[in-house]
Formats: sequence, C-alpha cells, structure tokens
Amino acid sequence: MSDRGTDAVIRARGLTKVYGELVAVDHLDIDVRAGEIFGLLGPNGAGKTTTILMLLGLSEPTDGRARVLGLDPMRDPLAIKRRVGYLPDSVGFYGGMSGRENLRYTTRLNGLRGAEVDERIGDALELVGLTDRADDPTSQYSRGMKQRLGIADALVKEPRILILDEPTAAIDPTGVVEILELIRVLAHERGMAILLSSHLLDQVQSICDRVGIFKQGRLIGQGTVSDLARRFGFTGHVLRISVDVAGDADRASVEGLLAAIDGVDRVEPVGTEPGSYHIVLAQGADARAVGARLVSSVVEAGRRLGGFSAVEASLGEIYQRAEARTADHRPPAKGAA
Amino acid sequence: MTAQATLDSRGSVPDAKFRPPRHGWRVVAGKEFADHLLSIRFYILVLILGVSAAVPLYAASATIRDLAPIATEDPAPFLALFVLEAFSIDLLRFFAIVAVVTPLLGLVFAFDGINGERSEGTLPRLLSQPIYRDDVINGKFVAGLAVIALVLVVVTMVVVGFGIARLGILPRSSEVLRIVVWLIVTVLYVGIWLAFGTLLSVAFRRAAESALAGFGVWVATALFGTLIASLVAGLVAPAGVGDTATELANAGTRDMIQRLLPINLYSEVSRIILIPSEGVSVPGSIDQLGQLQQQIPTLYSVDQSLLLVWPQIVAMVAILVALFAAAYVLFLRQEVRA
Repeated sequence: MSDRGTDAVIRARGLTKVYGELVAVDHLDIDVRAGEIFGLLGPNGAGKTTTILMLLGLSEPTDGRARVLGLDPMRDPLAIKRRVGYLPDSVGFYGGMSGRENLRYTTRLNGLRGAEVDERIGDALELVGLTDRADDPTSQYSRGMKQRLGIADALVKEPRILILDEPTAAIDPTGVVEILELIRVLAHERGMAILLSSHLLDQVQSICDRVGIFKQGRLIGQGTVSDLARRFGFTGHVLRISVDVAGDADRASVEGLLAAIDGVDRVEPVGTEPGSYHIVLAQGADARAVGARLVSSVVEAGRRLGGFSAVEASLGEIYQRAEARTADHRPPAKGAA
Repeated sequence: MTAQATLDSRGSVPDAKFRPPRHGWRVVAGKEFADHLLSIRFYILVLILGVSAAVPLYAASATIRDLAPIATEDPAPFLALFVLEAFSIDLLRFFAIVAVVTPLLGLVFAFDGINGERSEGTLPRLLSQPIYRDDVINGKFVAGLAVIALVLVVVTMVVVGFGIARLGILPRSSEVLRIVVWLIVTVLYVGIWLAFGTLLSVAFRRAAESALAGFGVWVATALFGTLIASLVAGLVAPAGVGDTATELANAGTRDMIQRLLPINLYSEVSRIILIPSEGVSVPGSIDQLGQLQQQIPTLYSVDQSLLLVWPQIVAMVAILVALFAAAYVLFLRQEVRA
C-alpha cells in the first residue's frame, strides 16, 4: 500500500459481486480521498452501479471488503448512509409532493428537524438553481430538473461523501456544464469526496481528478487522465495546426514544409479539412520549442496561419485504447452464456 | 493481515454522536398516511364503506318502527343495526358487506406499495437514507391500516349516531363493547389483506400485475370459496362412493379449508360478536349437531362470545403474521435494482 491511501474516505480491496454466472464486479481496488473527484468510467453494464450499491451497503459483496469513512458497509450501513449523499441512476421523486417537500421527507428520514433544516433545504435548492420551482409538484419537473433536485436531495444531509450515479445522463448540454461546475465547487471548495460514475467519458473528463476505467466488472486502469494517457500509449505530444492552402500541389508543399521541421515525427491530415494537420512529435522533443519552430516556419514561408493548438488525449480515446489492450478476461463459457 | 489493519486504522474515525433513528418507520408512516388522505383511493374507501353502511341502514329505516316494540324484549336492540338484513337479502347486512368489501380496500391501499416506489425510481433514494429496510414496509403497513381503521371507525360512529337518533335508545355498555371488539377484529381482517397486498407489491415488479393478482384472489375467496374448498378436498381426501369413512374425511377437509379462508373466519367472528344469541354454527360431530338442535336459545355474555371465537381470532392473527413475514423476508432479500 502506498502512502496515498492514508486519507482515503472510500477504499475497496478485492471487492467482488457475482450474480449467478455473471461476475458483475471483479476484485475491485479503489481509493477515494477527501476533496477529490473520482470518476468510475465505463460502458453501461460494466459494474459501476453495482460497485456503488456495495459501498452503500445496499448490496452484499460476494467477496472482498470495503470501508467508507472507516466503516464497513455491511455492518454499519446506517452510519454510512447518514454521511453519504447518493444520487441514484435515473432518480425519481414523489410526483404529488413538491421539490421542497421531497427534500423535507429526506431530512426527516435522516432524523433532522427544526428551523435550521428548512434553511438547509432552501440553501440546497438555491445551489442547484431550483428555488423558483421548489414548490411545484415534482411530476411537473423535467428530467434535468429532477437530476438537479436529486443532487440537492443528496446534499441536505450535509454529507462528507457524495456518490453520483450518472449525474449527467439525460441532461441537455448547458445543463451538463452547470452540473459539472456544481460538482467541482462541492469537491474543491467544500472538501467533499465525490465518487461519480459515467459512461459519457468526455463529459466528465474535465472535472475528474482521478478516474478508474471499468470493463466488464474489472478496473483496467486507475489514475489521473494524463497518467492513463501515458500508460495507454499516448506517449508523444500532438499539436494541431491549420494553414491556408490552395490546391493539391500546394498541400504537398505545406506537408513537406511541416515534416522537415526539427522534432516532427510525422504529419497527419485531420479529416477532410484541407490544411489541417496533426503534428506528431518525435520522442523526447520539446513541444514548446517545436511549436515555436512550426509557427515561425509557416509565417516565414508567407502563409497564413489558421490555427494552432496542443491536442490532449481524450478519455474516450484512452478508453478505446485501454479496452483494446485489455483482452477479454471473462472465461469463454461464462461470456457465451 | 496488514491490509485489514490499514483498512481499520486509516480513514476517518466514525463519529460517535450518530445514532440511527429508531423510529424510521414513523417517518415513513407519517408520509404515507398524508399521501393516502390526499389520494383518490381515499375517496373510494369512504364511498365504498359509506355505501356498505347506507344500504342496510336505508332498509332498516323502513322497518325501524317495527323494531321499537321488539326493543323492549330484544337483549341487544342496538346491534340490530349492524346485523339487520336489507330487503331480506342475507348479504345485505352491514357486517356481511364489510366482510366482502374490506379485502378490496386492503388491496387498494397496498398493491403498489413497494413496486410503485420501484417504478417511480424513489426506492434506491429511500433505501439510501439511514433507516432500516423493514422501516419502509412497516411504515407503509401501519399507514394503510391507520387510514382504513380511521374511516371504519367514522362510518361505525355514523351508524351508531343514526341508531341513537332514530331508535331513540342508547346502546348498552355490553353493546358498545361488542361494537369495539368487532371493530378491532375488522381491522385485523383488513390487516390480512393489507399484508397480502404488500406481499404482492414486493413479489410483482409491476403494479398492474399485483393489482390483478390481488383482485383475482379476492374474487376467488369471496365468491368461489366453497368451490375451491371442495376441489382441494377432492384432491387431498377423495371420497369413495358410499364409503362413509372417506366421505367424512372429505367433508372434514373441505370444512377445514373453508374455515381457514379469512372471509369465513371473519364472518363467523362478526356474527357471534354482533349477535349475542349466536353460537358456533358448524357442529364438529353428529353428537354436537344433536345438542345444537336441542339447545334452548340463550344469550352469551361478551366474554363468552369472545371465548367462542377465540380460535378464529388466533387463526386470523396467524394468517396475518405469515403473510407479513413472507413480504418482509422477500423484500429484505431483494436487490435494490431490478
């Protein structure tokens, strides 16, 4: 065990869940620390929700152990549930009750009463931007509003850990940005530990401090996005440049110009857009220096520079790479079933 | 076991102040009760129980004057309101109607208790709160029982009030006691169906399925109880033609099954509780039949009546406990997700 785990608020060692023939979660090891956003990423059915249910004591692990805030979910589920806010996948509310009443029910179930509780409910609603609609019945809420109310519902008990199952699913693009920003604030300004699961890798990439990549119940990679990028073969840096070109002959000369620059390994056209290239740098080349040389060569050649940027490995690409590298580990007999 | 040691020694110290809420079921029951009072099914409940009281009362009001002279001799004239039949139809007595309709009410208030939460997506959220899982099922059961009992008491009070106003006599203390006992037994009877509805709501994933199943069982036991008992008895203890021994065994089995149907248990209890002169109707042997025929009609005191129906009450409690336990065990074993 490295020292990194000393302040882990969630840890799992060898956590396993088997449903009949199906291994839903296979010897999972994770650590989530206070103030960090950890993303459990992977396609639907990879075992993300099962993992979350085991951490909350809602499902019994077949093997392995978990500790949440130092407590065993199977032995102290209530103490854990008191301190952990949970947004379930496709969360639902009592349609006949208003958003505020739904939250009040949650606080009562947590043994919270009194005037300060109403204030806390008001604050949570404000935080997710539902103050205006707080007294409407939740049957009139849109999917995105329910999702936001679900986050408020997880927050009213003032948890130390927030577990969010697919927080951005079924939400429009602007809503996604708002929710991600909210999650970031909760972790980095309030010091909550946040465990979120998602199959929309590129959406959550920007906010996760660390991620764990799931495939068929097994964690095939864990770390920061750049750690994973390195591990799964995104070794060199890639730059993107676009240059104005006129005709096919001109294009060849631009490519020649770019390829001749010191530190460039190869030049790959991007899609069908003429004049747009990915510049893959040679091993050990300094991206900054090569970038400067690229820009100056293009300008010195009298060409107009359309754009220039560094390309970061996207989590989606990393995932595909990681998935391809990790052989199907399930026994064929079970896989066929 | 270093891994074990690190897991236990690290992480944050559990804060000692937290104690799980000991009355999680009360919170659930409070919310469910409020929901019930505002729901359409509550109006259905009031309507059905109101009609079951109104029809016999309407008929009784026609003959109410005839009752007055009898009142001087009748040991329990007040209870006549509960047992008087309307239009000479045996089923149209208040307690007989209650025996038929309250199962439906029990089912209506329970059939979607758990699977409704599941389909609404509120179950994972509810179970991730710091309450025990059985708090959910207990709270819902108590709320359903409370709301039906409330309306039942109100309707009974209306009948009593009507009786006092029209008959002009006050119920005697023994009559009041009999009415109270009858109410308690009726709540127990509703509880059986509520527990059955809860079991269905756990067992079936969709509310429509559990409603259909519950309705089917209700129809079967209310209308075809005798038929079912005969069929089962025919399978368990077939009667040989002309063979007295097997015929008796067959009849015995049939009676046993019929007696164990909640509706028969309840009807027998209410009849004996509400009619002080009634004894046990089904003779156990030829000797008893003879005794019954030679019996001089006597009046039972409340405790004697209770003693007569004690086995039936115990059987009802047993059925309730068995159904509730089944719902409970099934629910605790279920995965949160479908």
